[in-house]
Amino acid sequence: MDHRPQNWGRPRDDVYGAYDGSYLQSSGPKQATQSPIVTGTSVIALKFKDGVVMAADNLASYGSLARFTDVPRLRSFAETSVIGFGGDVSDMQYLNRHLTDLSIDEAYAAPSSTDTTTSPGAGTLNAANLHKYLQKLLYSRRNNFDPLWNQILVAGLDSSEAPFLASVDMRGTAFTSPSLATGFGAALAQPIMRRYAETDEQAAQLSREEAVKIIKECMKVLYYRDARSLDKYSLAVVTKAGVEISEDEQLEQQSWAFAERIKGYGTQTV
Amino acid sequence: MFRNNYDNDSVTFSPQGRIFQVEYAAEAVKQGSVVVGIASKTHAVLVAIKRNAEELSSYQKKLFPIDEHVGIAIAGLTSDARVLSNFMKQQCLAHRLTYGRDMPVRSLIDLIGDKAQVNTQHLGKRPYGVGLLVAGVDERGGPHLFEFQPSGMTEEMVAFAIGARSQMARTYLEKNVEKFAECGREELIAHGLKALKESLVQDRELTVENTSVGVVGVTGEGAKRVVEPFKVFDGQDVAAWIEAVADDKEGGDDAEAEAGGDAPAPAGETMEVDE
Repeated sequence: MDHRPQNWGRPRDDVYGAYDGSYLQSSGPKQATQSPIVTGTSVIALKFKDGVVMAADNLASYGSLARFTDVPRLRSFAETSVIGFGGDVSDMQYLNRHLTDLSIDEAYAAPSSTDTTTSPGAGTLNAANLHKYLQKLLYSRRNNFDPLWNQILVAGLDSSEAPFLASVDMRGTAFTSPSLATGFGAALAQPIMRRYAETDEQAAQLSREEAVKIIKECMKVLYYRDARSLDKYSLAVVTKAGVEISEDEQLEQQSWAFAERIKGYGTQTV
Repeated sequence: MFRNNYDNDSVTFSPQGRIFQVEYAAEAVKQGSVVVGIASKTHAVLVAIKRNAEELSSYQKKLFPIDEHVGIAIAGLTSDARVLSNFMKQQCLAHRLTYGRDMPVRSLIDLIGDKAQVNTQHLGKRPYGVGLLVAGVDERGGPHLFEFQPSGMTEEMVAFAIGARSQMARTYLEKNVEKFAECGREELIAHGLKALKESLVQDRELTVENTSVGVVGVTGEGAKRVVEPFKVFDGQDVAAWIEAVADDKEGGDDAEAEAGGDAPAPAGETMEVDE
């Protein structure tokens, strides 16, 4: 009899050959996400008089391949806030499930779930609360060296019912601004939005129609110049009245005439 | 000889289906001096009688602020209340740090309810020997008042009293329960102090030394929401309130009426006239 307990209950070496340990996880440090795999590009958002407009295209890229063209990257929370995700799509899906759980727990506890006299979302987490929570979540994950590879924009209203827009990235860095953009949008869309709303005072002058127009213009510029973008996008408007998300917007009136004049990239030999 | 064999720990049922350790803990609450809590649409108040162990000592505190928007009144073992109060302070602070808002009072109460219940279910643990009244405001319906018992039972109340002779105070509260919802800050405190007086033994009365009042309030909704943070009033700060209910007593209640059980009714009526 084999008196070594580690060999009990195992296939016999003399019949099946020695156990091949390479099938087991090789020992070594636990590996967390080292880089994003399937990614979403820019999210852009702009405050206006009564709320916030946000947009992101519906593309999930696999490297430079436009792999999935029907992935909306904006979601609502508790009918009062909008969250836009840039960066890794699987981490976005994880956060999406997590936030759904959170919103269900909150909805059960808040009076608006049973009391129809209160406004929707009364007593539940507002956009400012949600942004603070996501910041703590992302910062804690980066402290465990297992970051959620996303840049997130949160839009809605704060406790004083003023428009709220803030950003948080994979390191937990958080800030607010009258206009915000992640990824390529920070370079291409942000300067355009700042032309119209550099300060909160200027943003408070904008109407909803103006803000939507500016955002649509920015999405067009992003599609022209960002090679990881798509002309199908989602557009969300959040106001005191609630959240409206349209997930099948199409870029209109594109004009690629300028492209002919662009020189110095790729394989051109001019 | 006839020792009770079923009260050695809190995990053993007696043949009658009772858990004696939990009942003893509830008994400890009844040994503590009385505390009263009332909630209206705008305010929640806690009032308490403080005891001094001896003539030369100070009075033991009964009301404690937990956070900006929550405070507790304790009846029972003060040292156990300290553990619960520290826990509640930590939880409120953690919630503020993670979400940037006041912790909803119901969530806080559920946490201490679960914490206390676990103690009744593990060998080698004992229930907390303290009952609490928790008053607070949140965005889920304004002011709230909760009762907490060592068994882990928690319940939202319109008005309640726990502690020694608290039945007398509860009787007063039951008689006036319809009025509380519409009461303002001062009326609510007056009702609280009157309920407290019902529970006093014959020759004792409310003084600035033995009376504590805690108030928290909220007005408006959304952008216009203004919170009056929980504050405890002691000593000379409560003198005017005590004075106000003392005048009432003299006006509507005679010495001989005090012996009878229907003393609270005339006192309640005269108050309506005064205000």
